[in-house]
Amino acid sequence: MTANTDPVHRPRLPGQRPVARLSAAIVQPVLSRVVRRVAKSHPSLFARLGPHQKTDYIIDPVELPFALHLRPDPQALIFRAVPRDLAPVAGAAIRGRFMLLLELVDSEEDGDAAFFSRDLEVTGDTEAVVRLRNALDDVDGSIAEETANMFGAPGRAILARLRRSYPAT
Amino acid sequence: MSLAELICPAGTPAALRTAVDAGADAVYCGFQDATNARNFPGLNFTPAELAESVAYAHAKGAKVLLALNTYPPAGKVDLWRQAADTGARFGVDAFIVADMGVADYIARTHPGIRLHLSVQAAASSPEAIRYYCENFGVKRVVLPRILTIPEIREIRKEIPCEIETFIFGNHGLMVEGRCSLTNYLTGQSTNMDGVCSPASDVEYVRHDDGSMSSQLAGFTIDCFGPDEKAGYPTICKGRYAAPHRPEGYYAFEEPISLNLSRLLPELIEAGVHAFKIEGRQRSKSYVRNVVKAFRAAVDDIRAGREANIADLVALTEGQKQTQGAFETKKWR
Amino acid sequence: MAVMKMTKLTLGPIAYHWSAERRRDFYASVADEAPVDEVYLGEVICSKRAPFQEAELPTIIERLERAGKRVILSSLAEVMLKRERKATEDLATMDSHEIEINNAAGLYARGKQPHRIGPFMNAYNEATIKWMADQGATHVVLPTELPFPAIDAATQAARDLGLGVEVQVFGRASLAVSARCYHARAHGRTKDNCQFVCEDDSDGMPLTTSDDRPILRVNGIQTQSESYVDLMREVTRLTGNGVTHLRLMPQAVDMVAVAQLYRSALDGSLDLPEVEAMLRQICDKTPLSNGFFYGEAGYRRIATASPA
Repeated sequence: MTANTDPVHRPRLPGQRPVARLSAAIVQPVLSRVVRRVAKSHPSLFARLGPHQKTDYIIDPVELPFALHLRPDPQALIFRAVPRDLAPVAGAAIRGRFMLLLELVDSEEDGDAAFFSRDLEVTGDTEAVVRLRNALDDVDGSIAEETANMFGAPGRAILARLRRSYPAT
Repeated sequence: MSLAELICPAGTPAALRTAVDAGADAVYCGFQDATNARNFPGLNFTPAELAESVAYAHAKGAKVLLALNTYPPAGKVDLWRQAADTGARFGVDAFIVADMGVADYIARTHPGIRLHLSVQAAASSPEAIRYYCENFGVKRVVLPRILTIPEIREIRKEIPCEIETFIFGNHGLMVEGRCSLTNYLTGQSTNMDGVCSPASDVEYVRHDDGSMSSQLAGFTIDCFGPDEKAGYPTICKGRYAAPHRPEGYYAFEEPISLNLSRLLPELIEAGVHAFKIEGRQRSKSYVRNVVKAFRAAVDDIRAGREANIADLVALTEGQKQTQGAFETKKWR
Repeated sequence: MAVMKMTKLTLGPIAYHWSAERRRDFYASVADEAPVDEVYLGEVICSKRAPFQEAELPTIIERLERAGKRVILSSLAEVMLKRERKATEDLATMDSHEIEINNAAGLYARGKQPHRIGPFMNAYNEATIKWMADQGATHVVLPTELPFPAIDAATQAARDLGLGVEVQVFGRASLAVSARCYHARAHGRTKDNCQFVCEDDSDGMPLTTSDDRPILRVNGIQTQSESYVDLMREVTRLTGNGVTHLRLMPQAVDMVAVAQLYRSALDGSLDLPEVEAMLRQICDKTPLSNGFFYGEAGYRRIATASPA
């Protein structure tokens, strides 16, 4: 099954290709460290993913200039920012506002509720999405906070900057 | 006044801890297999996780109820028996069962552990409930969501066990334990495999006009307009056309959730011992919000105060709520 | 062949709200022409319909018994209201006929008196069947959704206990029951105010998806499959494994002909392809399915090589 990543309601942003690539490149080191850390401290997460450890997920924050590509394979973890035009063909795609996605990761928001309200859109392999959701839901604490703390002041600044730039509306 | 225990869902160990911390009197959960009716991908407990979770709950004074509430197909009964043995070894406080063979096994093998009759057994009359009480020593029945409060009050007078009713969450329309709709379209059985509209067979299709179809095994269950609230792709919440309804309509029920927060005092007065919150498949966020809200409400009622129930409509399917059959039999 | 000759064909209870006249005519033709051994009578789906049949029941029973058919009376699947509890208890305490119980309330009232276990009782496995046999069950109808390996194991267990074993081989599958009447709902009414609108749909009210795909049938509080289950090709596997009774569910088609075709399949008096072609014709546009038997989606028609 495939899913395209071209939502109907994407806001028109200054996300031209060079900007997209530049911003993707800037956040990449952060992403790599985040995912390695989460994987290391929450190994049971992979068991819940089951056969979908090798699924390519596209996590698509509609107002960011890039999408995120996740392949939660413990042997070869991938979590990278990709300009949308370079995103791989995804097994599953999850699309919504950035802050909503962040809150879902941290279980501050309920995924089903976001789905009912149509704030969250899911395409492709639904089981893959359900497994990822359940796996993340079993992680205690806030991944966003852990991440911010991990990078100290600069990390928190990036997060704060992101929150300011893309307010939840 | 009854105890009004709050029985809360736990799909993962983290959700279990969340429920306990939010004030659950008991949590219910299941293993990662067909032995329970929420056998969903990535959900539920390994035996080791259950052992840790029971210890966590017990340390905080909460009970753990193990759902073994599906129907083993012939030839596979051992899986259910082993699950019961494992649960007994870890000290679960009760088993929630539906199948007579499973109930009989537990009654004989683990007579010291309480048996609760699952809603999946569909016991909706005093006689049916007494059948399970007298034969298997069932201590509590989870009533189907089809009875009015006066009917519950009448049943209470005629049965020798406690009553548990659902108060919030997914609003099951079909008599539970008697539904093969999912199996008809997907080949996976609700009763035997513990699945309902399995995610592996669900697909959401976005259309150019912003509308979205939900499909199950290639059958279109519903199509939501761009601004319409969505629901689960369950067959009983689908929109279909009938000869008299060519425009399409919710033939069984619209996407809607049960919310009995306003009826809590009446339910307590009717003799309901325990309130069940549905949603093992939901997130920690749901568990935290719903359990907290109902904890406060039940505590208020028990202290003689008026319950101030938080608005939980955002967490409901289709973002709509109903009191279903509990309020009026016109629902039928 | 000896095993197959012993296999009985049964006619399940009519699931729909057919008029008294239609029922009378139907059972008259069954009595005269249908090669079925046993007939189940009684309202299983909706207690509101029961009074319409009760007047006719003694005549129909007499008519069928005179024709040499064994009559079994079936109990309600859903028991909640006072009248339903009363009807269930009345039936369970009868001793003139064999009874088939479809709700635990009936089991409670029946005690250890002999009885048959109906398809709504969820006799999914050998442990449950053993329990039921110990309580007086003499016969068990297996759940329609049971796949063959489980049918096989359940049958072995039931036969070892001396029970009859019945499997539905023809007709719409019961997929769900509810407290709510969906026939009434379709017409903007409630169950208490239904005006028996279900009488208009003698083979169930069809539901189609928004892309015009037939999917389900509504029959009052019951939801049925759009397809007719048809296990004609699987009959020899069922009987060979010890299933003693094959159930035909009454649909709004020529049921005498359906029974005759199944009888031919059992006897081996006609070639299977020929019988199948005739059944296909009788059922007109209604799809035939055997998915449950193969552990596949119930609506599917799984093609198999002809059994040897």
